[in-house]
Amino acid sequence: MSDLSLPSAPPADKPQPTTNQPQNVPFRGGGFRPRPIKGIGIALFVILIALAELGTRTGWISALTLPRPSDVFSTFIELYQTGLLFEHMAPSLMRFLVGSAIGVFLGIAVGITIGLFSLVRAGLVPLVAAIFPIPKIALLPLFVIWFGIGEASKYALIAFGTFTPTVVATFGAVDNVDRTLIRMGQSFGLSWFSIVRKIVLPGAMPGILSGLRISLAIGIILLVAAEMIGVEFGIGSYINEAGNLYDLERLFAGVVILSIFGVLVSALIGLIEKHLLKWRS
Amino acid sequence: MEIRLSGVSHTYDDFEVLQDINLDIPDGRIVCIVGPSGCGKSTLLRFIGGLERPTHGDIVQIGDPPKGCLNPLTYIFQDFALLPWRTVRGNISLVLEDHGIGGAAAQRIIDDVLARTKLSDFAHALPKQLSGGMKQRVAIARALAVNPAVMLMDEPLSALDSQTRELLMDDLIALWTRAPFTAVYVTHNLAEAVRLGHSIVVLSRRPGRIREIVHLDRPLDERAYGDADLEAKQKHLWDLMRDEARAADAELMNV
Repeated sequence: MSDLSLPSAPPADKPQPTTNQPQNVPFRGGGFRPRPIKGIGIALFVILIALAELGTRTGWISALTLPRPSDVFSTFIELYQTGLLFEHMAPSLMRFLVGSAIGVFLGIAVGITIGLFSLVRAGLVPLVAAIFPIPKIALLPLFVIWFGIGEASKYALIAFGTFTPTVVATFGAVDNVDRTLIRMGQSFGLSWFSIVRKIVLPGAMPGILSGLRISLAIGIILLVAAEMIGVEFGIGSYINEAGNLYDLERLFAGVVILSIFGVLVSALIGLIEKHLLKWRS
Repeated sequence: MEIRLSGVSHTYDDFEVLQDINLDIPDGRIVCIVGPSGCGKSTLLRFIGGLERPTHGDIVQIGDPPKGCLNPLTYIFQDFALLPWRTVRGNISLVLEDHGIGGAAAQRIIDDVLARTKLSDFAHALPKQLSGGMKQRVAIARALAVNPAVMLMDEPLSALDSQTRELLMDDLIALWTRAPFTAVYVTHNLAEAVRLGHSIVVLSRRPGRIREIVHLDRPLDERAYGDADLEAKQKHLWDLMRDEARAADAELMNV
């Protein structure tokens, strides 16, 4: 059902006789207003998985097309019971945290300087636009040469991937800070630094946080790329390995882990937003 | 402290906005500036407060700001300009922090200005919880906190409904009567001008020039809503402005 759902149509059964009978004014408003509906998200998940399960069991989805959800689940349980899950999770989590922390931190810093200084903007905006569309996976060999086969090249790849979207979101957010608030700060004689810290930064926070959702999702995507070379453990390498062997159950188990990870990160940002942006109406 | 404008003219690109404005703003008086839309009255106010620079002419302060004055030229904006992420108290403390006033000293100032604007019960509210009239009172409290020499008010009541406007005008008159302040009050509302102005400067349409300065001698606290004398003054102002306003309205925007 879309948000455009019409209110129940007025009964148009018989033609109205032209009398002076008072009639209700037809209702034409409503709609166009998204509202939260509980449980629909989960229900959709359940239905899709149930369909896949049913299809693979009855045979109208072949085992090569899609693995059986229950098999994926038992693979996952097995992974958990053998302790391999944590052995894969821990290094991936570390790579994600370190890499995206570097990328996001540098991205916010660069984004703010772009937002504040025309010279930096003139120089860096085209550069960022040039870097943004480069598939970072393509640069992995380069990073391996620069930073070695160890962890540093993985951090660099993820940092690089999260950096550009953070920059773009941050300078956009700084641009959107209400200029009248800045004029107000100037009119009360606030120092430049105070204006940046007390007006520009908090004002840009909503935009920075929503940019973070995208940056961190890209960070998770790049985890698989980062773990393509020289890695023994990690969710990404687990997925790569399963993919090379066409082991769909394990491939899907890995993908599901990344999905759950993505949902958790998004929920975490939601919590931060709820806390930091209480002031928004 | 007085403000004197001499020969102030301004052009945006080759587009003349203000032409040869000479004006004295005497100490302890409220000077209203009225004029048709686009006549440059808000621009003029930004010149007086040093937020913008005119292409020609000078704006000088005569005399020193009073003791304890933190920010001699202080604005009150039409859209309140409150930081939405700070409480009422935080918004006022913002303008004290940069002067190194914190702790008990800040507390004392904030409590005082909140009491004067009847906001004491709302110190911890966020702007989103307040009505428009309350928000503007917070902005007035914030302006009072820096103990200004001259208040620069840019259509401060224009974003409010007419009932709230009446209430706030009474508040402003009460504040002025208790402690007279110097103010430049820009408005397009003639009723506000005749209630609050000791003198009313009528600007012509673009390029803005001073057409007439109307003086009102009646003390502020004796001017009431619907006063016949004020109505007559207001009508006089409107007669001065009507044709200009109509012509200004019909002009194309080339900005």
